[in-house]
Amino acid sequence: MTVTILKPAPSAPTAKPAATVLALPVAPQRPQRLASLGRFLTESVAPPMGVLAVLLLIWQVAFSGAGSGLPAPTDVWEQIRALITSPFFVYGTQDIGLGWRVLTSLERVAYGFGLAAVVGVLVGAILGQSALMMRGFDPIFQVLRTVPPLAWLPISLAAFMDSGPSAIFVIFITAIWPIIINTAAGVRAIPQDYRNVAAVLRLNQVEFFWKIMVPSAAPYIFSGLRIGVGLSWLAIVAAEMLTGGVGIGFFIWDAWNSSRLTDIIVALVYIGLTGFILDRLVGWIGRVVSRGTTE
Amino acid sequence: MDQSYLKIDRVFKSYSKGAKTTEVLADIRLTIDKGEFVSIIGHSGCGKSTLLNLIAGLTEVTTGAIKLEGREVKAPGPDRAVVFQNHSLLPWLSVYDNVKLAVTKVFAGRKTRAERHDWIMQNLDLVQMTHAADKRPGEISGGMRQRVGIARALAMEPKILLLDEPFGALDALTRAHLQDAVMDIHSRLQNTMIMITHDVDEAVLLADRIVMMTNGPAAQIGEVLAVTIPRPRDRIALASHPDYVRAREAVLRFLYERHRFVEAAE
Repeated sequence: MTVTILKPAPSAPTAKPAATVLALPVAPQRPQRLASLGRFLTESVAPPMGVLAVLLLIWQVAFSGAGSGLPAPTDVWEQIRALITSPFFVYGTQDIGLGWRVLTSLERVAYGFGLAAVVGVLVGAILGQSALMMRGFDPIFQVLRTVPPLAWLPISLAAFMDSGPSAIFVIFITAIWPIIINTAAGVRAIPQDYRNVAAVLRLNQVEFFWKIMVPSAAPYIFSGLRIGVGLSWLAIVAAEMLTGGVGIGFFIWDAWNSSRLTDIIVALVYIGLTGFILDRLVGWIGRVVSRGTTE
Repeated sequence: MDQSYLKIDRVFKSYSKGAKTTEVLADIRLTIDKGEFVSIIGHSGCGKSTLLNLIAGLTEVTTGAIKLEGREVKAPGPDRAVVFQNHSLLPWLSVYDNVKLAVTKVFAGRKTRAERHDWIMQNLDLVQMTHAADKRPGEISGGMRQRVGIARALAMEPKILLLDEPFGALDALTRAHLQDAVMDIHSRLQNTMIMITHDVDEAVLLADRIVMMTNGPAAQIGEVLAVTIPRPRDRIALASHPDYVRAREAVLRFLYERHRFVEAAE
């Protein structure tokens, strides 16, 4: 890299002074980009990597002795390297890569969370618009939202008589509360000015919803969606442990039943990374969508 | 009887909070002719914005009636467009789209898409803002935002343009520019305008009549002064014009001698 920067320099002094002037703007740019990359690496990548290495080391030291309860990192790597390195193999209906399992779980989340997003935003919009509705529903929602996801599962199974829709319902009911509550807060926070504009223009309910409410409340709505997607991912893993199927949650339960602890550890990493990506994805969409809302 | 364009007839306005009732406006009577420019002036908190909101229909009258062309004002509508104090542009829409929102709503079915586009540009041109049509409100200056607010209101083709202290937050130079712009628009369109202000010079410069309000609670119209200075008016030439000086003095006398703002009165 440094060689390419230096290249124009030797020719410059021999040429007219003008040449050195031309060479200058080229030279500082590259080191700058390099420097910012270097800064990014040292400031944002190196610290978590360092911490990760230390944690892995502690784990390795703690569990490497004979007869320890959990496998050490090196054991995990040696025993099931295939599970980590090739996530998309298919050997049979129940013997598929972790990538496929994660995708199956994500599909369920997509249904449940998608439904929760649509219903949650609509209900939140109505609650935010009406103080009376808010007073009526808010206490009930505040109670319901504290119910743990899995507590809904028996009722859901009884109602739907099938594990597939039940799992989706559990996600729906888990994710919807923060979406409702945040949307309602966002709608209540719409400045009176915007409401006046809508009133003077005689916007109807539908026009008001799309043209004023959604853009104005977007930051609130998306923070609700972000919490919701996190909860969905928590719920699906738990729900799948009980309902079975091919999801990542069931994989953990299955591995536990057949004492494959290393499999579980790998699955945990997959779950964590997927949850992280989901969270960042919704956060990013929210930033893009509500870019214009804040002046 | 209902020959007047806008008639504010014995309007009272009070707010009730629990058992406590606060009377804001008492017995407001005012008629405004078509094409007239009326300034409403008074100390802050005297209820002048409330009066404007009543005309706009954003607030309901307690008793009395406001009639526009003989029809009672009950709800807000584009025939009484408002230029709000803090511009109230939607920050997620471009300047063009802010005006378009109003035009699409008001002229749906009456103008074709191409006609609506021309109408939007025509109104932006009226306030000299065509150059920033694609900018967001956050990217333009306060004075420009207020211009767009005026364009949006004018684009509704209102019977009355209501201006609620539109230049209150602007610096003196920008304010003077916009006052000239408003005078120019008024002379070109011959439309009816009501402007709330607390600036004596602004009131005298722009208005055909100045409505002076007493201090609240239960504020009333204290005095109405006709400003007979011929148009077009030029702010520099007016500075020493005897009519201007007299009108200015009359308003100042009203505000600072007879109705001093007593802060304890709230």
